[in-house]
Amino acid sequence: MTLRLERGTFTTTFTQRLKELSGQDLFTCYQCGKCSAGCPSASVMETPPHAVVRLAWLGQEKALRGLNTYWLCAACLTCDLRCPKGIDVSRIMEALRVMFLRPREEPDMVAPDSLPKDMLSRIPQQALVAGLRKYTK
Amino acid sequence: MRRIGVFCCWCGSNIAGVLDLDLVLQEAGKLPGVVHAEYYKYFCSQPGQDMIEEAIRDNELDGVVIAACSPGMHEGTFRKAAERAGMNRFQLEIVNVREQCSWVHQLDKEAATEKAIRLIAAMVEKTKQNEPLTPGTAPVVQRALVIGAGISGMQAALDIADGGREVVLVEKEPSIGGHMAQLSETFPTLDCSQCIMTPRMVEVAQHENIRLMTYSNVEEVTGSVGNFHVKIRTKAAYVDRDTCTGCGLCIEKCPAKAPSEFSRGLETRKAIYVNSPQAVPNQPVIDAEHCMYLTDGKCGVCKKVCEIGAIDYEQTDRMEEIDVGAIVVATGYDLYEQENFPEFGGGEIPDVIDGLQFERLNSASGPTQGRILRPSDGEEPKQIVFIQCCGSRDPENGVAYCSRICCMYTGKQAMLYKHKVHDGQAYVFYMDIRAGGKGYEEFIQRGIEETNTIYFRGRVSRLYRENGKVMVSGVDTLSGETIEIPADMVVLATAILPSRGAAEVADKLNIPTSDSGFFAEAHVKLRPVETQRRGIFLAGCGQAPKDIPDSVAQAGCAASKALGLLASRTLTTEAQVAVVDEERCAACGMCVTACPYGSRTLDEERNVAEVDESLCEGCGACVAACLNKACELKNLTSRQISTMLGEL
Repeated sequence: MTLRLERGTFTTTFTQRLKELSGQDLFTCYQCGKCSAGCPSASVMETPPHAVVRLAWLGQEKALRGLNTYWLCAACLTCDLRCPKGIDVSRIMEALRVMFLRPREEPDMVAPDSLPKDMLSRIPQQALVAGLRKYTK
Repeated sequence: MRRIGVFCCWCGSNIAGVLDLDLVLQEAGKLPGVVHAEYYKYFCSQPGQDMIEEAIRDNELDGVVIAACSPGMHEGTFRKAAERAGMNRFQLEIVNVREQCSWVHQLDKEAATEKAIRLIAAMVEKTKQNEPLTPGTAPVVQRALVIGAGISGMQAALDIADGGREVVLVEKEPSIGGHMAQLSETFPTLDCSQCIMTPRMVEVAQHENIRLMTYSNVEEVTGSVGNFHVKIRTKAAYVDRDTCTGCGLCIEKCPAKAPSEFSRGLETRKAIYVNSPQAVPNQPVIDAEHCMYLTDGKCGVCKKVCEIGAIDYEQTDRMEEIDVGAIVVATGYDLYEQENFPEFGGGEIPDVIDGLQFERLNSASGPTQGRILRPSDGEEPKQIVFIQCCGSRDPENGVAYCSRICCMYTGKQAMLYKHKVHDGQAYVFYMDIRAGGKGYEEFIQRGIEETNTIYFRGRVSRLYRENGKVMVSGVDTLSGETIEIPADMVVLATAILPSRGAAEVADKLNIPTSDSGFFAEAHVKLRPVETQRRGIFLAGCGQAPKDIPDSVAQAGCAASKALGLLASRTLTTEAQVAVVDEERCAACGMCVTACPYGSRTLDEERNVAEVDESLCEGCGACVAACLNKACELKNLTSRQISTMLGEL
């Protein structure tokens, strides 16, 4: 595939939103690949984490859509811990998950008031927050 | 009967790990004339040197052979030890059994041992025929020559001049400053090049110990260390630059135009011109090729308007001869030209420029007064592509080496572009980012993060024009994607070459160059500013591509070496010089032609060739050239060589 780069390719709504949601400056990345090298899920990912960062940086929304990388990310935070430029790669993965789920047309898949009270006390807090972020509009 | 001592060094395990030194010692002891033989772990150590001195005294030795490392390493050390024990230093010889024996024959220890024994036997025979020699002395001319007045040459000249010695600074251009004067801002601090440089230029021009000769070339260099004779040609400027006040009226009125070399063709200059408003000296010169009066005999406007009558169409080149004791070569670099890149348009696409042209565009004194405007239509480029390694690291089509400064200046230029074109986008194609200097890596990262410059790791295959754009076809090897960018302007970081006149300078000075054409240093690590010729030192990009801090540091180093030489009024000359057997000499003059140091002359009256011992470097070229075998080198005579061969 040939990428034709025009001015503005890197400042689309997609890249702006990704920056906003993840809080990470993609330009900081110098593509050393340490995140991919240490990622426990990298062997089963279609595209390793550093390459996802590169595609996101180049504003390649289409190429990113449908990749399994960010779904296989277990948020173990090994990449965040080891990144020499201090980028929280897992936050970028989380932002991608959010961005590709949110615009869906269906109604809220999880209605907060439909959750049984006894279940709420059993669901891990982080899973509950993440679920509500992803599966509500 | 001579009394020779043999000393075998273990050099730790370097020699002892391969050679059977017990056997070597045993065999050496049997050689005729050898009265003492011993070995030790490190003869170069203080106790080792003491052992040699003691053995010379105790055994009344009159010759010493040391089997050790290369004489390039410790000949001086051991000869001094011999001198301390009262022996003439030229009675001590070194056999190289490390580099030329143990290191290269590690797999065959027996044969290596045998070879060492024979080498020692040969050297013992040579040493027996050595004569004690006394080096002569020669006066040192208390003046230095610096060739090239870029930042390196200027720094070397200033340092020598501040050290209290006279300096002749020769520059081929009409004004000093070299390439640094063309730059807009410099990495990694972004200070304005002119701002940090003009004080130095003024200091050079006004220093009481510096004689500045601009628009001049070194024509010929003879003699040797301490006493070089230099012929310098000052080109005809057709302006009496001593009386000219530099008012600039002639430049204003001159009707003839030519492309400006200083702006690398981005604008025109007049036929009578100065390079820049801050030029030092700021007296103009006339370019005879474009001057209408000098070509057609018509015009003469400059002469008419010059109130003090400084224009002189009759002026001719002037020759001057100057003696100097030391020479610093700082001839700098030139860029690999665009015509070498047919895939990038070969210089035919106006909006494809090189790094120095970008510097001129960005310079306040440049063709656009510092605005980034593309050459074709003067529009502000909104997409700009920088391509690194153009010709560098390209052994097939360019040069094999890294030009060292391009990563940094490209990063700087992308940053400066964004400072001036806020809504523009810069891209850089690179092979590797080599930012190995103080604050350099931080500077590159800052540029990427602050200006959102996009870096692609990969080369560009082709540039072509389409709808007023320059289309860039490249690849991003990190993502594996091919890239196409419709750019408004492209900047090529072209390879650094030795300056165009470097080969000629090397020839005149008789100093070697490396494969790539840069001047060769005497030792890459330990003698980086010296050349193989004593008294000639290197500074700046003529030796290898380097940035401003490194050039200035090297220039300071070359200056201190030159000052070290000029610190004494006399110097010790080579003792192992050529001698002439006058009975055999036919005065054919072959030796005079062969001698690279000008030490050989013919005595026409007596009809024999002579040796000026103060100039002879003992290279042996005359010995090889002499048809009658009338030339010999002291302590390396034909007889000594054939005796040595007999032992091998």
